[in-house]
Amino acid sequence: MNAIEAKNLHKSFGPVTAVDNVSITIPEGGIFGFLGPNGAGKTTVIRMLTGVLIPDAGSALILGTDVNRDPLTAKLKMGVIPENGTVYSDLTAEQNILLTAKFYGIDRMERNKRAGEILGRLGLTERKDDLVRTFSKGMRQRISIACAIVHAPPVLILDEPTTGLDVFSRRLVIDTVRHMNSHGSTVLLTTHNIEEANALCTTISIINKGNIIATGSPEKLKKTFDTSRYVEVSFDQRVEQDVFSAPWIERVESWGEKWRVYTNDPDRAVKSISSLAERDQLTIVSIATSNPTLEEAFVRLTAGA
Amino acid sequence: MDLKVFLRSILVITEKNMRIYYFKGPVVVFGLLFPLIMFLTFFIGRNLDLVLFFPGFLGMMLFFTASSVGPLITPWEKREKTYERLISLPVILESIIIGDLLAGAIFGVAITTIVFVICALLLHLALVNTALLAVSMILGSITFAALGTLLASPTTDNPSNIMMLSSLIRLPLIFVSGIFIPLGQLVGWERTLTSLSPLTYLVDLFHAALNGDAVYPPWIDAMVLLAVILVFIVCAKVIQKRNLVKGI
Repeated sequence: MNAIEAKNLHKSFGPVTAVDNVSITIPEGGIFGFLGPNGAGKTTVIRMLTGVLIPDAGSALILGTDVNRDPLTAKLKMGVIPENGTVYSDLTAEQNILLTAKFYGIDRMERNKRAGEILGRLGLTERKDDLVRTFSKGMRQRISIACAIVHAPPVLILDEPTTGLDVFSRRLVIDTVRHMNSHGSTVLLTTHNIEEANALCTTISIINKGNIIATGSPEKLKKTFDTSRYVEVSFDQRVEQDVFSAPWIERVESWGEKWRVYTNDPDRAVKSISSLAERDQLTIVSIATSNPTLEEAFVRLTAGA
Repeated sequence: MDLKVFLRSILVITEKNMRIYYFKGPVVVFGLLFPLIMFLTFFIGRNLDLVLFFPGFLGMMLFFTASSVGPLITPWEKREKTYERLISLPVILESIIIGDLLAGAIFGVAITTIVFVICALLLHLALVNTALLAVSMILGSITFAALGTLLASPTTDNPSNIMMLSSLIRLPLIFVSGIFIPLGQLVGWERTLTSLSPLTYLVDLFHAALNGDAVYPPWIDAMVLLAVILVFIVCAKVIQKRNLVKGI
C-alpha cells in the first residue's frame, strides 16, 4: 500500500491556478522531498493532503484512506507540521504535547511517558514547564515537531520544517526526521534547502507553477542535466570570455575571479583550457571539474517551466 | 465516521478552549464583575420590580457570558497560526464548532449559576421550578454559545473585526428582546419585534421557572431555542466549510 497517493489534485484561487492536476505516489518507508520555488504550489498540495484545504478536484489518500471522505481516520495516520504552524503559546511545552496526544486517544500513562521521551530527544526537558510564549522560534518548532510525532505516525508530513532555524535546531529536526523514518514513518517534506533535500530524501519531486515537472532520486535528477557539468578555472591575470572557444564548450559564466566552463566532456575541456593557457601564456591558478548538483537541476528545471 | 474519535475530538477541543481562553483570571473576573455592573446599571435607583427584573437580568447574564469569548477563538487561532495545526489533527469542522460551543456553554452556565446562587441567597428570590431553571440555563447557554461560534465564522484573522461584528449583532438582540418589559404588555409590532430575539424566549423560560408567569408555554420557548441552535450551527458549518474551500 502507498503511504500517500494523490490523484489529479487541482486547486484554483479565483483566476489563479495554484495546483494543476498534481498526482503523487509515495510508497511506504522513504523520505520524499517536495522542492519548488516560492508560490510553486507546494504548500497548497500539502494543505490538501492534510485536510486543511478542500481541493476543487482530485483525491488524496493516506495509507488508503481518503482525506476528504474519511478525514478522522486519515488524520489519525499522519503527523503534520504546517507551514508557519505553531503551537499554543499560552500552554507549556509539555501541555502542548499532552494535549495533542489526547486527540489521538493515547492514555494518560503513555502520554506522559512519550512526552518525556520526546522532550528529552529534542533537548527541551528543562523547559518543559515553561510557557511556549517564552520560547525562541527554534524551540517552538521543536515543540511543533514533538506534537507531530507524539503518536508515532506512520506518515509524517512537514511543510518547511527547518526554515528560519538556527544550526542546532535544524540538526535536531533533521535527526528527528531520520529517526522517525528509521522507525517506520514515511516522511513527506517540503523545503527550500536543496542540500538538505539532497542529503535527506530518497525521492524528490520538483514542482513549479502548480505542476510537477520532475520526479526521481536526487542522483537521477542530477543526471537529467549532464550538460551542466563544468570546469572551474582561474588564471593569474584577467582574461576575456572569448578565450574559451571550442565546440564542446556549451557556455561560460564568470564567477568572481573564476570562470565556469559548462561542457558535456569535462576531460576534453580541461585539456583544451590547458592548451589555451599555454598558447596565450596564461598561468592556471586553479582548475577543478564539478559534477552537476541538485541545485543546478532545480534551477534549470524551474527556470524553463 | 468513527464516532469515538469524533466525540473525543469534541471533548479535547472543549478542554483546550476552557484551559486557554476561558479559565483565565481576567476572563473569570470579568464574568463575575460584569453581572454586578449590570445589576447596578439596570436596577439600582430605578424602582424596578425584582420579580420582573431578575429573569431578564439572568437572561442577559447568560447571553453575555456564553457568547463573549467564543467569537474570538477562531480569529485568534488563525492569527496565531494554531488553527491550521488544529485542522490537521484528527478533527473535523463539526468537532471544532461543537467544541467551541460547549466551552462557551459551560462558561455561561458556570458564571450564571454562581450569580444566581449569590442573588438567590441575598435577595430571597422565588424559584417555582428548579428543573426548568436548569434546563433553561443549559438551553440558553448552548443557544448563545452557538451564536458566538457563528460570529467566529466569517473570514478574518483579526479579532477586533469580530468584536465589532459581535457588538453589532448582540446589542440589537438585547434591545429588541425587551427583557425588562413584561412580554404580556406588548402588542402589535412591539410583540413581533421581541419575537425576533432568542433572548426573549430564554427570559420567558426564566419567568416560568422563577415566578411561573411566562407568556408562552415553556415547550414553545424550548422548541424555538432548539431551532435557533440548529440554525446557528448549520450556518457556522456552511461558512466555515466555505472558508476551508477558499483556503482562508
